[in-house]
Amino acid sequence: MTRATLQALLSHWWRNPLQLFTLLAGLALATALWSGVQAVNAEARASYRAAAATLGEGQYDRLGRRDGQPMDQATYITLRRAGWLVSPVVQGRLNGVRIVGIDPLTAPAGIGPVRLTQGADIADFLVGNGPLFANAATAGRLPDLQITITPDIAPGSAITDIGAAQRLLGKPGQIDSLIVAPVQPRERPDLADIAPQLVRQSAQGGSDIGRLTDSFHLNLTAFGLLSFAVGIFIVNGAIGLAFEQRRPVVRTLRALGLPLRRLIVLMAAELMFFALIAGGVGVMLGYVIAALLLPDVAATLRGLYGADVSGTLQLRPVWWLSGLAIALGGTAIAASGALWKMSRMPLLASAQPRALAMAAGQGAVMQGAAAALLLVIALILALTADGLIAGFALLGALLIGAALALPIILDRVLAATSARAKSITAQWFWADTRQQLPGLSLALMALLLAMAANVGVSTMVSSFRLTFTAFLDQRLASELYVSAQDATQAQAIIAYATPRVDAVLPIQSVETQIAGLQTEVFGARDHRTYRDNWTFLNAAPDLWDTTFAGQTILINEQLSRRANLRIGDTVPLQSQTLTIAGVYGDYGNPIGQALISEDLFAGLYPTVTPQRFGLRMDRSKVGDFVTRMAADIGIPASQTINQAGIKAFSLGVFDRTFTVTTALNVLTLAVAGFAILMSLLTLASMRVPQLAPAWAMGMTRAQLGRLELLRAVLLAMLTASLALPLGLGLAWALLAVVNVAAFGWQLPMYLFPADYARLGLFALIAAALAALWPAWRLARTPPADLLKVFSNER
Amino acid sequence: MNAKALVIALLLPLMANAQGFAGLGSDSAGFSVPAPNPTFDFPRDHGPHDDYRIEWWYVTANLRSADGTAYGLQWTLFRSALAPTGGAGWAAPQLWMGHAAVTTPTDHYVSERLARGGIGQAGVTADPFSAWIDDWQMTGDMDALQMTASSPDFTYDMTMTADGPLVFHGDNGFSVKSAAGQASYYYSQPFYDISGTLSLPDGDFAVTGTAWLDREWSSQPLADNQTGWDWFSLSFDDGAKMMGFRLQQTDGQNYTSATWIAPDGTATAFPNGAFTAAPLMTHTTANRDIPVRWHVQLPEKGVNVIVDAINPDAWMTTSVPYWEGPVRVTGSHTGHGYLEMTGYE
Repeated sequence: MTRATLQALLSHWWRNPLQLFTLLAGLALATALWSGVQAVNAEARASYRAAAATLGEGQYDRLGRRDGQPMDQATYITLRRAGWLVSPVVQGRLNGVRIVGIDPLTAPAGIGPVRLTQGADIADFLVGNGPLFANAATAGRLPDLQITITPDIAPGSAITDIGAAQRLLGKPGQIDSLIVAPVQPRERPDLADIAPQLVRQSAQGGSDIGRLTDSFHLNLTAFGLLSFAVGIFIVNGAIGLAFEQRRPVVRTLRALGLPLRRLIVLMAAELMFFALIAGGVGVMLGYVIAALLLPDVAATLRGLYGADVSGTLQLRPVWWLSGLAIALGGTAIAASGALWKMSRMPLLASAQPRALAMAAGQGAVMQGAAAALLLVIALILALTADGLIAGFALLGALLIGAALALPIILDRVLAATSARAKSITAQWFWADTRQQLPGLSLALMALLLAMAANVGVSTMVSSFRLTFTAFLDQRLASELYVSAQDATQAQAIIAYATPRVDAVLPIQSVETQIAGLQTEVFGARDHRTYRDNWTFLNAAPDLWDTTFAGQTILINEQLSRRANLRIGDTVPLQSQTLTIAGVYGDYGNPIGQALISEDLFAGLYPTVTPQRFGLRMDRSKVGDFVTRMAADIGIPASQTINQAGIKAFSLGVFDRTFTVTTALNVLTLAVAGFAILMSLLTLASMRVPQLAPAWAMGMTRAQLGRLELLRAVLLAMLTASLALPLGLGLAWALLAVVNVAAFGWQLPMYLFPADYARLGLFALIAAALAALWPAWRLARTPPADLLKVFSNER
Repeated sequence: MNAKALVIALLLPLMANAQGFAGLGSDSAGFSVPAPNPTFDFPRDHGPHDDYRIEWWYVTANLRSADGTAYGLQWTLFRSALAPTGGAGWAAPQLWMGHAAVTTPTDHYVSERLARGGIGQAGVTADPFSAWIDDWQMTGDMDALQMTASSPDFTYDMTMTADGPLVFHGDNGFSVKSAAGQASYYYSQPFYDISGTLSLPDGDFAVTGTAWLDREWSSQPLADNQTGWDWFSLSFDDGAKMMGFRLQQTDGQNYTSATWIAPDGTATAFPNGAFTAAPLMTHTTANRDIPVRWHVQLPEKGVNVIVDAINPDAWMTTSVPYWEGPVRVTGSHTGHGYLEMTGYE
């Protein structure tokens, strides 16, 4: 009986290969996008973990020079001899590989290559003859060096003894940072007393790559999840349609005595079997997607955050399993409604096939109520949400609510248009479109979600880019930055540059506490560089006048949010009490920051002298100036930073990000287009009886075909017009809720109408392409088929 | 096994199980080897001898606070060479290890430091005398030293003044360690008066007492069949002192050696067998059975004493672990001293 039943059930797919293809392809695509994105994320996170494990990144506090330059090795000895338990690290790049030199004797336990197995190796390692340790891929990039292959080492990194690293990198006697052991002796002098040029960076702060890159991975995950949701809509449509069409078979089987329970089990098993096949294909496709995206993702992460991520993908069993699991889970979600409906179906219910949910009635009311409820929840969350979980709940409620509301809104719009239609053909067209809506609604929901995701994510990424480049303009307003190694050099730079450039702006700062929070206070010279370039999130009138007069202080957003400080509040600084006159955005900075006038700074911190300078000059003269300064006063180019270079680099990084975003945009739109195609194709056969009368009354098949095409484009246009506000809502939730909860700063939201217009056009093209084949088939339907409608008793 | 553990294992072969370092016992691999009838040249010989594989500056002290509580204190700097000669800076083949400890009747605080030679983080200079690793240091001259150490648990700052001459062990400082002839250069300054402040988790304590400095260097310290040692430095209330050690061998036999130090500093060396030390009671600490009560005899000097650990849990939780702590002496002679036990793996 089981065998016969299975045969009967499976024969449906045999006779409807297109439906089977829709089911499998939808599921495979959904799984592919999801597992591809997961694979990229997993690969990146594995790289961070390897870096944390072998380099101690994000585990220990570090000391480094305030100006980011390497410190003298003598500073290390001074700290050790004063009782500070610190361990030196030197790093740099060789053929693009990050070379990290450590001192195994003082490094915290667990840092460093872990596969040294012979004592002789250690001796060699320590006396500087020893090898570098790197994974196989990295070793290939350093062909001239002796490398010990060690799979655990973070990708793109090679570890060696500090002495060997200093020699390889041409940094003799230099140290880049000091790892601070978590437990220190009972008594030791303050850092400010023995090494005032160093600052302590907390392990939780700037160096935790995992946290820094979370926003990037959040974007990818959001994409993956939305693509998966879109795919599940397709699957749900296919399954629902198949169930409706198999009603006669089900009735017959049950009438023959097959127990309902067994029937449901068999149908569930059949679907799970398909899910496994589609899941397997999906995971393989996901691997391809991930492998194609990973090099760009790796380049982005390295450029944005300095995080080294393997550019090649490893097959990890965990996402094979998670890919299959999500395919099974998705199928279960998509099929549960249909199975539940079947379990409640009376034994001899009408076997009349009804295309999916043709009887709107109560279903539409329920759906409308659910949509309204979710949208109200989204509204409440939008007003109150302040955590990461609430932020995601907001995203979920907004998207699902909007998707559920879509068919109802479209139906109302079509009803209204239909009422205004004058000509008979137009009236028929609108009524027919409305009648088709339930069958297309799932595909249209998929399109809505895909477009909203595109609008939302590209708004977020573009806003980030715009904000960040504006921020770079603000912070890197000077054309050239020069660092001095000591006070004498600083004097030499001032004396040399002053007559040769438009302005010399000293950059000086101290680390202190404001409202109990770690804050870096800068003293700035009154210059139009600040007045012209800085933008504020909140600003009191005349803030530059009052600040440069030493009466007020400007603080960054992080400090403002964390200490709950606003304009007009006062903060104590040494002996002074200053009023806050402005709050500025400070993207990517983990700690608080404040700015006061140069004179006030000199009064409060008389011992601090500036060792970094921003030089304003004509952009075209920068290269020349650097060359001459090296020749005239011996300040090497390595002590200068060219603003144009940094900006070009940053923009290059963003372009990589856009490559990834665009690729994912195209993929999600393709999935939505596929959904429309499949819906139209499955509807096409059922449409013949509806079209035959129109044909019989004189419309040509070509006319009907054109109208079909027009209908698809019209529906896509309507959907797109709803997707735009939804996408903007999504972007707002990502920028103003999720980002604030995750990172402590809000990104301003910018609108990009041209991008949206282009996206809308793509959606119309996708819909038109999807409708083209069904319309063409309709136009070529043999008249005999249309005639048959009238001969058959239906 | 990570890099650090291996470095440490290399660094102190003498304190690890000698079986694991078979090559070290006999193969001096280009290093100088101690020879009989040495002539010492001070202050130069207070400084390091880089052409020997291992060397140490080893201070132990028995202290009392005003309320009579007994404390033990250790300050040790070990030098271990990876090669007899080599590069400079980070590539210098000298490695340094410091151990500092404070023992109370109830607690035992330990700290360890490691450093490379060649970069200034650790080292010893003979004239003026200075031995240091990080912020731990011992400076002055051999007659008057200032000694400090710090850790998360304790710090101490001590002044030591010598009240007697240097004492040379074995044959004028040539100390034989096995029947096969392994030997080291070995001298001591056992006559220090010491005073200073101990800062412990439960407060600061002013303390006074006596201290003993050992200087030893060698390239082939143990025979292949020797697995560890028990070393006693005892100061008797009548002013005499005694150093004795017992090297444990895999054949169940021991190799012993002792130096009797009269109150005026006159030293008498005793060959293998004259000195005996037998465990009377063991105590389980750090999952090992450690002898904490010993029957120690040197019949030729009428010594027949019981040596008891003041704190049986004086286990050094350093990279290469061992037992080191203050002891109390009763029997034919009374007094105090220090006991070190290695090889109890």
